[in-house]
Amino acid sequence: MNPVIVISEQDNVATALEALAPGRVVQHNDMTVTVRETIPRGHKMALVPVTAGAPVVKYGSSIGVATCDIPAGAHVHTHNVSSERGRGDLAVTSPLQDGRIAEPADDRRNGA
Amino acid sequence: MSTASFPGYRRPDGRAGVRNHLLVVPTVICASIVAERVAAAVAPVGAALPHAAGCGQLGPDMHTTHDTLAAYCSHPNVGAVLVIALGCEQVVAQYLAEAARKTGKPAQVVTIQGEGGTVKTERRAIAIAREMVADLARVEREPCDLSSLILSVKCGGSDYTSGLASNPALGRVADRLVALGGAAVLGEIAEIMGAEHVLAARAPEPETARRLLRVINRVESEAMALGLDIRGTQPSPGNIRGGLTTIEEKSLGATHKGGEHAPLADVVGYAAPITKKGLTVMDTPGLDVESVTGMVGGGAQVVVFTTGLGTPTGNPIAPVIKITGNARTAASMADNIDLDVSGVLDDRETLEGAAARLFDEVLAVCSGKETATERLGFREFAIHRRNPTI
Repeated sequence: MNPVIVISEQDNVATALEALAPGRVVQHNDMTVTVRETIPRGHKMALVPVTAGAPVVKYGSSIGVATCDIPAGAHVHTHNVSSERGRGDLAVTSPLQDGRIAEPADDRRNGA
Repeated sequence: MSTASFPGYRRPDGRAGVRNHLLVVPTVICASIVAERVAAAVAPVGAALPHAAGCGQLGPDMHTTHDTLAAYCSHPNVGAVLVIALGCEQVVAQYLAEAARKTGKPAQVVTIQGEGGTVKTERRAIAIAREMVADLARVEREPCDLSSLILSVKCGGSDYTSGLASNPALGRVADRLVALGGAAVLGEIAEIMGAEHVLAARAPEPETARRLLRVINRVESEAMALGLDIRGTQPSPGNIRGGLTTIEEKSLGATHKGGEHAPLADVVGYAAPITKKGLTVMDTPGLDVESVTGMVGGGAQVVVFTTGLGTPTGNPIAPVIKITGNARTAASMADNIDLDVSGVLDDRETLEGAAARLFDEVLAVCSGKETATERLGFREFAIHRRNPTI
């Protein structure tokens, strides 16, 4: 059994199906990633380096942005990922409010 | 088993029930304990609907209370209705009885102030309840088409296994039921935040997609207006310990339970009737009991509730099937779990295999099999409210 699962090929993180110890080598397709720090079961590990401000991608969609540079093999969780949604604590708009998620136009029915 | 029908209760209004309860409805919190005692005297056919509302409510909340209680009175899992009123409250007892009669079922009202106290009320109401239950016992199950089913999909106490195993398995069941002509309903608007693009893309009508985005925008704006980060509430502390980092991640995993193919047919208000085939999104909060209460009110006859960490939540009139993809929870909370799909994560089972077992379980439960929540008596009911009590 592979100790990690990657849901979409666009993902830059894998989910650990068991606790991963530092130094363990994990394979995903042609990729080899060395675990840098303990990844608890069910938590995420970076498959590739993610630069600060870049989206963290799981299920093929952004689950938030990296708050610092995250090296491959690092634990990816609340300490280095920030949500873009429901952030009343910040002077920012949500992707739904600034048009990044746009309402569909009526012509979509015609295959647009 | 891939039958196109199940043995259910055919109702005069054309809907199909999977249970045949006597619903004992208090109009107001003041009548709730009397209603619970009356229902307990005729359990498990008797099901009470104790609630904390019914008076001191303004406009929209009052309508929600009335409409939700009326929706339960007309629900196909209910064969007869007994309303317990106080006498001076806002909710109108006759309105609830009328909602039941309009769908062709017997309904009676007993009023605490009119009877002269709770002792007399309980005595009279229990006598009526016994007669109603005796009548209900004569009603038999008949073949009902699977297309008459509305499946409520729900998750709670989520962890990383929810998005990887139990929600995708449930999504396949929702897709299969919709392909057979049935319907599914997904609630919890806050837990669609971050995954709205996935659902919006499945709306045949652009207007439905727009309504979905507007409802999510409203909920997100309400949360942001408090000036807080919703992390800690969404995801919850338990979700975060379980490996979920942001609401976007939780939502993307949660939305899987609404299937991958079922068209987004409609977006409806809290406990409002679900009238379209396909997938309906209902405007409910993420709080489990309020969410399930609303979706059953909308007409869902059966609920499949996925959990990673384990939760007891049930419903007074609809069977709630608990499934988990977490092998530890399946073992540690075995009493509360109906189906274990953890094999999906360690290659003991395929997702398709798990979905097929779940589909069979849904049919068995709709045909009368008791769920863990029913066996253990979990019958939580809570009507969503948005405004202050006055």
